[in-house]
Amino acid sequence: MSVLEKPPPEAEDHADHHHPEPFWKRYIFSQDHKVIGLQYAFTALFFLLFGFTLMILMRWQLAWPGRPIPIIGGLLGEANAPGGIMLPEFYNQLGAMHGTIMVFLGIVPLAVGAFGNYVVPLQIGAPDMAFPKLNMASYWCYFPGGLIMLASFFVPGGAANSGWTSYPPLSTIATQGQTWWLVGMIFLITSSLLGSVNFIVTIFQLRVKGLTFMRLPFFVHAQLVTSFLLLLAFPPLEAAGIFQLLDRVLNTSFFQPSGLVISGEVLEAAGGGSPLLWQHLFWFLAHPEVYVLILPALGIVAEVIANNTRKPLWGYKSMVYATIFLGFMSFIVWAHHMFLTGMGTTISSFFQTTTMIISIPSVVILTALFISLWGASIRFTTPMLFALAFLPMFGIGGLTGLPLGLSPTDIHLHDTYYVIGHFHYVVAPGTIFAMFAGIYYWFPKITGRKMNDFLGRLHFWPSFIFINGIFMPMFIVGLAGVSRRLWDGGEQYAHAQPVLEWNLFMSISAFGLLFAQIPFMINLFWSIKKGKKVDSNPWQATTLEWAAAPSPPVGHGNFVEVPAVYRGPYEYSVPGHPDDYLPQNLPGKEG
Amino acid sequence: MKDFLARWMPLDASTHGAELDSMNALVHWLMAVLFVGWALYFLFVLFRFRASRQPKAVYEGSKSHFSTWIEGGVVVVEAILLIGFAIPAWAKWVTPHPVDSDPLVVRVVGEQFAWNVHYPGADGVFGQTDVHLIAGGTNPLGLDAKDPASHDDIVSVNQLHLPVDRPITVLLSTKDVIHSFFLPVMRVKQDAIPGQEIPVRFEAKMTTPPESTLPACAAEKSCWEIACAQLCGLGHYRMRGFYTVHEQGAFESWLASQDPFVAPPEPEPEPEATPEEAEPAA
Repeated sequence: MSVLEKPPPEAEDHADHHHPEPFWKRYIFSQDHKVIGLQYAFTALFFLLFGFTLMILMRWQLAWPGRPIPIIGGLLGEANAPGGIMLPEFYNQLGAMHGTIMVFLGIVPLAVGAFGNYVVPLQIGAPDMAFPKLNMASYWCYFPGGLIMLASFFVPGGAANSGWTSYPPLSTIATQGQTWWLVGMIFLITSSLLGSVNFIVTIFQLRVKGLTFMRLPFFVHAQLVTSFLLLLAFPPLEAAGIFQLLDRVLNTSFFQPSGLVISGEVLEAAGGGSPLLWQHLFWFLAHPEVYVLILPALGIVAEVIANNTRKPLWGYKSMVYATIFLGFMSFIVWAHHMFLTGMGTTISSFFQTTTMIISIPSVVILTALFISLWGASIRFTTPMLFALAFLPMFGIGGLTGLPLGLSPTDIHLHDTYYVIGHFHYVVAPGTIFAMFAGIYYWFPKITGRKMNDFLGRLHFWPSFIFINGIFMPMFIVGLAGVSRRLWDGGEQYAHAQPVLEWNLFMSISAFGLLFAQIPFMINLFWSIKKGKKVDSNPWQATTLEWAAAPSPPVGHGNFVEVPAVYRGPYEYSVPGHPDDYLPQNLPGKEG
Repeated sequence: MKDFLARWMPLDASTHGAELDSMNALVHWLMAVLFVGWALYFLFVLFRFRASRQPKAVYEGSKSHFSTWIEGGVVVVEAILLIGFAIPAWAKWVTPHPVDSDPLVVRVVGEQFAWNVHYPGADGVFGQTDVHLIAGGTNPLGLDAKDPASHDDIVSVNQLHLPVDRPITVLLSTKDVIHSFFLPVMRVKQDAIPGQEIPVRFEAKMTTPPESTLPACAAEKSCWEIACAQLCGLGHYRMRGFYTVHEQGAFESWLASQDPFVAPPEPEPEPEATPEEAEPAA
């Protein structure tokens, strides 16, 4: 076990001279993990809203194909939407950028960059991340990456339009927006790599005295495994991104076979490459990426559930081991995204088997969270509502992975709306609900004020209803065999006719979901200045960020005095103790 | 039980479809049992253990080993699905041993945004093709007229004709980007990967009803369709072809009635141009 007796030199250096820092150093090029966490949070929330808006435009087109988009339709440009009517080219741009933005600019930065950065050092009693400058560099790779993605909408031909998966050769022959996409991705990947190294070192080296691995809050375990996934899975995609860039810019043929005929013209390229190589490299990242999206969410939900059930998490150890196992397994399931690329029985058997195996640790974690509710004293706080709603909806996301993970049933469902429903249940009603839980939960730590509960409920209930209204019908539409990424939502196809009416239903639900975010936005900004003031541990929590640090934590160093840890993370309702919570840092016999 | 998903799924006209559908139903039953079980438990504990009814939590929580049984049960059911159904089914459909005798072999070549269909003709041999001979509407596959085997070949666009009760092997390829050859009614889907020719094996168990045969089906929207399932560009949404399954005799006479594609030197007529026929991408 690594024990930190004194703060690292970096923090000590700052603690020695309390000179006021200029604004730009404090808030722009900050090296304080809390400020960087907030920079990540606000940037990522902006991108989540932006990415969602792209989908709102698409949902308009799907509900009423070819009808002009009201009000903003005229602002989209003649090249994209002449007369306000969305062109298929523009629809494909929106689709590709929705996926890219939500995953790489929204959820990962929010889950890891924001929550990880802000909470992990506090939960392990550290004064900051191990490498504050690396942390700053990570944000400042992310931010330009995001700007490049946004700017790509304005280049000739518009943004990337080959799906967030960017399969060649479609992507190699695409308009120059794809080049911008690749450059942007290289920035974003670099950002994640810098961040992941920092988390791993921080969690291994900066845990406070007494904080053994089995006393870590589950959220920290989740972030640790996530960081390993980012560190090991992203480099292959970075390499692949550079290869694709070379294919586009220098006319190499990493991913282009010989003899392609594009629009009747033989493509001038060396040839001899393989489009499947890209798919392998892409999914070698993108499957672990699914767990990058979900593990921090499970971490947040575990924190909120332990706190609001007022009892220890049930099966904490099995959850930790399941998470580590999940991390390992996530590297050997990637080709289940590729069953229909011409895969033989041997390979498909291997990937089906690993896919079934990886479902087991997910079941273990989810079951442990469900059973944690047994014998609880459940407080239905706003964060708890979101955390509870996460459980069944993530469950749906996980269960619907089964028919997709078995290759014979995947034949009919592959690339249909069933797939969209499946992974959105994992990352939208799943991860994004967990993110909201985390925001409501840690807001008092950041500001010393609570977010409004009435607005919180006004946010929760409509969001819960509308989000299911969007994604539940997708399973029906998918069973009917309607393909994804169709500009007219399948209007042309005979087999889509029986389920076409759901397009309108899903779109109206999506518009409803957008409106349901208004109470959240009001609540977020209003509560910063006007929220109800609370003490440093309003949820009566046991973990260090609440029990040992003031709210907000002190500028450099977080803690007034360095805490020590005496027990596990969730000692709630300990028999014989007068309070129903026993903080980790309270001296006394091991609880 | 086995067909509770059928109300949402397209008709099944293939010999392997029933097995696929019942496996799909079985998986969905497993999902439903787990979900409903969890949901009932969940609603119960939310009610039973709310703070107003249970002001003090129980430190130990549940002492039951029920979860181990659930997890064990999931392992067993998944193992059965895998070993009993999924792996054998894939082996049987995708890499069959022995390979079907006397299948009908037809090439399907995807392009932005159409499906080219290529029959070998009476000699059973596909003529040589060369990408440099490809010419828009007149020679979409680049068939080489110098190869005698090409002289009886039949080529059409977005029109596939198949016999019933006979194994079919579609040799699937693409001229440009990745497409995915999807026959919802046939429970067939296979990506077309540039640089590869991938065999797709299936067998139709019923013929296309008249109302699902062009041109009657177009207005009713009941056609048996070839859909593109993989994003392939701006025309992906309209990359739609049609197929008709005939009685064997009717199929033979249809085949005999087709003009061979390469009949040099006169220009060849397109066998069945359809209103849906897609132009190659601009």
